[in-house]
Amino acid sequence: MTAQLLFFYFGGMAVAGAVVAVFTPNLVYSALSLLMTFIHIAGIYILLNAEFIAAVQIIVYAGAILVTYVFVLMLFNPEQEKRYFHKQYKIGAFLGAVVLFLMVFAGFKTEILSKGGPFTVEYVEEIGHTRAIGNALFTDFIFPFEIASFILLVAMFGAIILAGRGIKKPKGPGGRVDLSSRRKAKEAIVGER
Amino acid sequence: MTPIMPDIQLIAIFPESILAIFACALFVMDPFIARDKKEQLGYFSLAGLCVSGVSTLFLWGKSISTFSGMIALDNYALFFKTLFLMISALIILMSIRYIKIERINLGEYYGLILFATIGMMFMPSATDLLSFYLSLELMSMSLYVLAAFMRKDPKSIEGGIKYFLTGVFSSGLILYGVAFLFGATGTTNLGEIAAFLQENGVTSSLSLIMAFVLLITGFGFKISAVPFHMWAPDVYEGSPTPVTAFLSAGSKAAAFSVMLRVFINAFALSSGNWWPVLWVIAVLTMTLGNLVALVQTNMKRLLAYSSIAHAGYLMIGLITASQIGYAAILIYLVGYVFMTLGAFTLIILLCSANMKGDQISDFKGLARTNPMLGLVFIIFALSLIGIPPSAGFVGKLYLFNSAIQGGFYWLAIIGILNSVVSLYYYFRVVQVMYMDEPNAGTVLSFSPTLKVALGITAFLTLFLGLYPEPIIKAAIDSVQIFL
Amino acid sequence: MIPLSYYVTVSTMMFVIGLVGILIRKNFLIILFSIELMLNAANINLVAFSHHFGEVDGQVISLFIITVAAAEAAVGLAIIIVLFRRKATTNVDELNLMKW
Repeated sequence: MTAQLLFFYFGGMAVAGAVVAVFTPNLVYSALSLLMTFIHIAGIYILLNAEFIAAVQIIVYAGAILVTYVFVLMLFNPEQEKRYFHKQYKIGAFLGAVVLFLMVFAGFKTEILSKGGPFTVEYVEEIGHTRAIGNALFTDFIFPFEIASFILLVAMFGAIILAGRGIKKPKGPGGRVDLSSRRKAKEAIVGER
Repeated sequence: MTPIMPDIQLIAIFPESILAIFACALFVMDPFIARDKKEQLGYFSLAGLCVSGVSTLFLWGKSISTFSGMIALDNYALFFKTLFLMISALIILMSIRYIKIERINLGEYYGLILFATIGMMFMPSATDLLSFYLSLELMSMSLYVLAAFMRKDPKSIEGGIKYFLTGVFSSGLILYGVAFLFGATGTTNLGEIAAFLQENGVTSSLSLIMAFVLLITGFGFKISAVPFHMWAPDVYEGSPTPVTAFLSAGSKAAAFSVMLRVFINAFALSSGNWWPVLWVIAVLTMTLGNLVALVQTNMKRLLAYSSIAHAGYLMIGLITASQIGYAAILIYLVGYVFMTLGAFTLIILLCSANMKGDQISDFKGLARTNPMLGLVFIIFALSLIGIPPSAGFVGKLYLFNSAIQGGFYWLAIIGILNSVVSLYYYFRVVQVMYMDEPNAGTVLSFSPTLKVALGITAFLTLFLGLYPEPIIKAAIDSVQIFL
Repeated sequence: MIPLSYYVTVSTMMFVIGLVGILIRKNFLIILFSIELMLNAANINLVAFSHHFGEVDGQVISLFIITVAAAEAAVGLAIIIVLFRRKATTNVDELNLMKW
C-alpha cells in the first residue's frame, strides 16, 4: 500500500515537473522543475530496488548536468519572451497529442512474462546493489565501458574546441585587427603547389 | 558470487585499438606542433589509418564473437572496417589544404576524424543493442563537433545545430526502441533476440511493435530517408565540405551496416513481413530525392538530395530480404562511397581565397580550362546515374537484379526511372562545365594530397566498374553470416 | 506490488512530453531539456524491465545512457555558446539562412 502511494507521488511529480519544464516561458523555472523531475525519477528507481542508479541519477543528472545547464543559462541573460512557441507549433502539438494517446495506451497494456533471473530482490539486498552492478559492469559490460570513456573524451575535446577561445588575430599597426593579412594568407596557401 | 571474467579475445578489437592509440597520441602531440605545421598531424593520422588497414586485411577470414556477445569479428565487419578506413584516409587527404584556407587548421580536426572512424568501425561488429548504440553515439558525437567546426561561419553553426538536434533526437528514438525491445525479449543480444522472434513471432506483444516503429523512425533519420530527410540539405550545405563528404559517405555506410545486422536479427527481416513499410519509404525517398535535386543551384545541396535518393536505392536491398539483396547493398555502398567522395573533392578544389566554391555557377567552364577535371567529373556523373562502365552501374545492376529476382518488379522500374531522372541534373552540371564561359578569377586550390584523393576516387570508380569481381566476391562472402 | 505497466505508462508520458517539447519550443535550451526528458524516460523503462526480469542488464545499460546524456549535454551547450557568440540569440527560429 505504501509502495503504491509512493509510486503515485513520485510518478505524478515527475510527470508534472516534465510538463512544467516544457511549457513554462521562464527558463530558470524550467531548469528548476527539471531538477524536480530528476529527483523524483531517482525516487522511482529506489522503488525499483535500484539504489545505486538512484544515487548516480542525483549525482550526475541533478548535480552535474543540470548545474552545467544553469551555468550556461545564466550566461544568456534569460528573459521571458512574448511568443515562446515555435512558429508552426500547432502541428507539433496535434502530433504530440496523437502520439501521447497511442503510446500511453500501449504502455498501459504492457505485460511481460516475468522471467525470474538470478538478481531477485532478496539477492540484491543481500550483496548490495552497488556490488551487483559492479559485478556485471566489469565482466560482461567491459566493452561498452571502454566505448563510453571514448565518448566522454570526444565530448570533452569537442566542447573545448567549439566553445574555447580562438587563435589570436594578428594586430596591425595602431592596434587594430589586421584583416587584409587574412586574405593574403589565403591566397598564399592557394598559390602553393 | 565472485565475478567471473568472460572470455575476451582482444584480437577482435585490434584495428580499432591501433587507431585509438594513434588518436590519443595525436592529441598529446598537438600542443607541441607549430600552428602552421598541423598537416604533420594529418600525415600522422594517415599513417595510423594505414597501419589499422593492414591489420584488418590480415584478419580477413576470422570469425570470433567475444566480449560476452557484444562484438563479433567476421568478414562482414572486416569488409566495412576496410571501407571506413579508406573513407577516412580520403577525407584527410581532401582536408589538409581546405582547412588551412578556411582557417580551421586545428590538430583536433584530425583527432576527431579518427575518433569518428573508430566509432564507425565498431558499428558493423556490434552484435548487441548496447554496443551498437554506443558506437553510433561515438561516431555522432565526433560528427556533431566537426559539422560546427567553422565556428565563425553562420552557415556552419546552423548546420551544426540542425545536425546536433536531429542526431540527438533520432538517437533518443532509437534508444527508446532499444528499451522496448529489451523489455519485450529480455535480452539485448541480437542473436538471442532473433531466436526469441523465431519462437514467438514478430507481433507477439505491443512492446515489440512500439520498438519496431521507434527503431525504423530513428534509423530513418540517420540515413535521411523520407519523411525524415529535412535535416540533410541544410547540414550538408553548412558544414565544411570535407565533413559533408564524411557525413555523406561514412555516416550513411555505417548506418546501413548496422541496419543490416539489426534488421535481419531483431526484426526478422528474412521472414518477409516488412516489405510494405520499407517499400513505401524507399519509393518516397528515391523519388523525392531525385525530384528536388532537379531545382537546386547549390552543388552541395544537390549532392545532399542525390545522397538521399541513393539511400532509397540502398533500401531496395533491404526490401528484397535475400542474400543477393544484402550483397547488393554492400557492393553499391563501395561504389557509392568513392563516387560521392570524388564529387566532393571537386567542390573542395574550387574553394579558394575569394570563393566558397559550392554553387553550380562556380563550375562554369571548368572543363575548358582543365580538361582533366571535366573528364573526372563525367566519370563521377556516370557512376552516380548508373551508366556503364562505372562502379555505380555495377551496384545498381545488382540491386535491381535482386529486386526482380525477389518479385518486386515495380520497385525495379521505379528505381530505373529515378536513375533516368537523375541524368538530367548531373548532366546539367557537366553542361555548365563544358559549355559556359569560365569565370574570371577562378583559382583552383590544387594540393598534392588533393590530387592524390581525386586520382584514387576517379580511378576506383572506373576500375570497380570494369573489374568488380573482388568486391562482389567479398560482399557475397560477407553476407554468408546472415544465412 | 506495482505492476510493470504503471512504470511504462509514466515512462511513455515523459517521453511524449519530451517529444512535444522538441517540436514546439523555439529556445534551444528547452529543446535540450526535452531531449534529457526523453533519455530519462528510456532509463525508467530499462530499470523497470530489468527489475521485473530479475536481471541487472537493464540497469547497467541505464548507467551508460546517463553517461551519453552527459556527453550530449556538454556538446550541445558548446554549440549553443558558439551560436550565442555569433548571433546573440538562442532561438532556433532564427536559423533561416538555408531554405529549401
